[in-house]
Amino acid sequence: MRNQQATQLLSELSRPGRVAVHWPACDVPEQPIQDMIPTNFLADEAPRLPELTEGEVVRHYTNLSTKNMSVDTHYYPLGSCTMKYNPKRNERLASLPGIVDLHPYQDESTIQGMLQLLYELQGIFSEISGLPACSLQPAAGAHGELTALMAAAKYFKSIGEDRKVVLAPDSSHGTNPASAQMAGFKAVSIKSDPNGGVDMDDFRKKLTDDIAVLMITNPSTLGLFEKNMREIADAVHEKGGLVYLDGANMNAILGIARPGDFGADMMHYNPHKTFSGPHGGGGPGAGPICVTEKLKPFLPSPIVEKDGDRYKLDFDRPNSIGRVRSFFGNTGVLVRAYCYILSHGPIGLREVSENAVLNANYLLSKVKHFLPVPRGERCMHEFVASASELKKERGITAMDIGKRLLDYGFHAPTVYFPLTIPEAIMIEPTETESKETLDAFVETLFKITEEDAELLHDAPHTTPISRPNEVQAARSPCLRADFCSS
Amino acid sequence: MSYLYNTPDDQAAMLKSIGVNSIEELFSTIPEDLRLKRDLVLPPQMGELELTQHLSALAAKNASPATHACFLGGGSYDHFVPAAVDALASRGEFYTSYTPYQPEVSQGNLQAMFEYQTLICDLTGMDLSNASLYDGGSALAEAVIMALNTGKRGEKVVVLGTVHPEYRQILQTYFTDLGIEIVEVACPDGVADLAKVEASVDASTNCVIVQSPNFFGGIEDVAAIAEIAHKNDAVVIQSFDPISLGLLKRPGDLGADIAVAEGHSLGSPMQYGGPYLGIMACSDQFVRRLPGRIVGQTEDRRGKRCWVLTLQTREQHIRREKATSNICTNQGLFALRASIYLSLLGPSGLEQAATLCTQKAHYAQQSLTEVDRLEPVFGGSPFFKEFVLRDTQGNVEGLLAEAREAGFLGGVPLGQFFPEMDDCFLVCVTEKRTKAEIDALTRTFSLCHTGGSTIHA
Repeated sequence: MRNQQATQLLSELSRPGRVAVHWPACDVPEQPIQDMIPTNFLADEAPRLPELTEGEVVRHYTNLSTKNMSVDTHYYPLGSCTMKYNPKRNERLASLPGIVDLHPYQDESTIQGMLQLLYELQGIFSEISGLPACSLQPAAGAHGELTALMAAAKYFKSIGEDRKVVLAPDSSHGTNPASAQMAGFKAVSIKSDPNGGVDMDDFRKKLTDDIAVLMITNPSTLGLFEKNMREIADAVHEKGGLVYLDGANMNAILGIARPGDFGADMMHYNPHKTFSGPHGGGGPGAGPICVTEKLKPFLPSPIVEKDGDRYKLDFDRPNSIGRVRSFFGNTGVLVRAYCYILSHGPIGLREVSENAVLNANYLLSKVKHFLPVPRGERCMHEFVASASELKKERGITAMDIGKRLLDYGFHAPTVYFPLTIPEAIMIEPTETESKETLDAFVETLFKITEEDAELLHDAPHTTPISRPNEVQAARSPCLRADFCSS
Repeated sequence: MSYLYNTPDDQAAMLKSIGVNSIEELFSTIPEDLRLKRDLVLPPQMGELELTQHLSALAAKNASPATHACFLGGGSYDHFVPAAVDALASRGEFYTSYTPYQPEVSQGNLQAMFEYQTLICDLTGMDLSNASLYDGGSALAEAVIMALNTGKRGEKVVVLGTVHPEYRQILQTYFTDLGIEIVEVACPDGVADLAKVEASVDASTNCVIVQSPNFFGGIEDVAAIAEIAHKNDAVVIQSFDPISLGLLKRPGDLGADIAVAEGHSLGSPMQYGGPYLGIMACSDQFVRRLPGRIVGQTEDRRGKRCWVLTLQTREQHIRREKATSNICTNQGLFALRASIYLSLLGPSGLEQAATLCTQKAHYAQQSLTEVDRLEPVFGGSPFFKEFVLRDTQGNVEGLLAEAREAGFLGGVPLGQFFPEMDDCFLVCVTEKRTKAEIDALTRTFSLCHTGGSTIHA
């Protein structure tokens, strides 16, 4: 029943003369175009786009969609990505007229409802983080990191200090050192200890007087709460540095522990993870940041403020770093986060984290019997198993296991991250899955570890394609249809 | 809460399997003194009906193009979105999927992104496109990073004063503290003065940034500016309006080396400024320095044509601090929307959309400047769909407030960006505006009671 035409490209489907959109006739008196725009600015011909009917376009993209796994259709135990259910109500509410169609330069008097929502959301993010000031401007988590680091740089400049070093554990997301580099800092890596926490000896050795910021992911990418968090934060503060929390794993601690209370000066959220904004096949996300009061003046402008019963955009912030993107922010994603948080309330949010941690520990209690979990008996919202014994004994890799899971209708876990665990398989169940699904996943995972190695090396066998030749893709890049020989 | 699955029985069974007595015990690894000892202070939980009523009430406090005819532009535009775009992008298989790191179960997204790259190359006349960035403004900053990393050693960035003021502010934020010199070329005539560009560009110039159509709607002589830049061995970065390419020459034909754009007008709503679509296309020389995700064509083990994320050694998850950018996400869903939009419009549809914008904007400019108190500001220069008006009575705020009362979002006041232009506003006319709306706005402005400005008193 599979539609064989679905892999044809738009350019191959195109036939001259087909049209999908009929615009109305021009209702104003027309002038010759060249009377309005000099001919040297005008294109000789319209861009070479495909010519298709609406029906063809709909069938093409509908068929393409069926070649994806998605949260709506499959279970994604994808570590570090928090692939939870994306509520349909959020989609509808974010698409209401008066929300979805607002122009960013409308007069403040015409967007009081939107500003109220954004003002409340700033407060909500501050309350959850324990950090009193909030900027909703950054477009993604990595963008939030960059923004906060720029604000930190400006803060140090304002107090006349020249600090250059940003420390981050070797198990951190690659965005951490990359953001530090872009903000003009020198990224220095700290080792992890055998239990997956920060190696305190290495930390003390690298904690120099010119420390600007320590970036820490807590709970860590190994799913562990950093037991020395207080000591680490105190040591950084003692040297005059700031602590940045990568909020990728906030799903584990909503209403349970707050970054501002455990020593963070700055953090970002990933609303597309923690607050159910859909991933959209790779975006959009958003990267709101929260900071301490002393860092507030350096946040990007504008910030929403309340003046009596009016909401307004505050641009009058002379110490602000300025802007990191155009317009207000990824409002559409933020509206969904707002809807999600209001759908839960304070107790409901805590239950989100409790069940996310319960599900992860339940999976851990089952998986550890056939796949070693090198860093501990207990975890937060995710854990990292290792296929290194299987690899040694039977040549089966983390990749093989991930690919074979696809055959059984499960998305692969995150593999080979963090880099500190060999043959890492990082599993994050999320709270929006049933015990039956978790049991089925464990059963399948176990079955796979017993399967024939050759079968696994060739997996997946039932997906729309088999393993692609990625080396060829990178060696002779073919990045657009008409440049490829096929 | 309705999204959770675990019943009390489930929880009990799971706790037993783990070997603990309570959920509380699972959090024992968090030191006691670091835990929150109270409930969060948040609005109370709402069911779907209450939440819908709450959001509807908030939405009702806003005016929007649904209630007011929108003549606002400046980088965000009220263009028409065909129903098929919403219908297809609303498929859960697209919007609830993850980044296509598992190509075997992501061919839908990967092929769509590959087709997006192809469409953007065809639209812009450039060699290459990535699979999208955050928005037009940060895409421009990324273009500068790419130019600085690829081009010659010069660290001077020349940017024309007609580039979107927020984009220029982003450049200041990204680069000022990194020791990169940003030179702004003043453009009091609303388009660049080529002699001034020539005087600002020299051997130490790394790149020259031009926006066309520019922030005021004017069409720049990009080819001439590119010639000046290339003579000095500088990279040419053009920020463009994708809809305008239904009529205007493509960045690739004008000599741009990197072309960036705010792409939301290709089928995505304005949604108060984001999420939007950062378009970035460039010439071949930048292939290994492009930021963001890129999709490439290859074959699977059975020789079947397929697509994968490629050239990942540029990216942060592999290279960490040596990556070309810290960017991790792209705007996949909005790149998808843009692809569907361009597939629906085709060459003739895009040309017609661009022509409608130009015709209506010129009609509106003629009508509005017949109003006694309004005059054109950059009257002589060609424009695409936006133009600047001056209120000779100097009360833009009052004028636009009256227009709002009459049901119009009449223009963007320019004093917020250019203090010397506090008697000016920017008017945008897309294909959605009708002659009746334009005539009514003209009537409203001519009947305006608001007198001279208190600002100038």
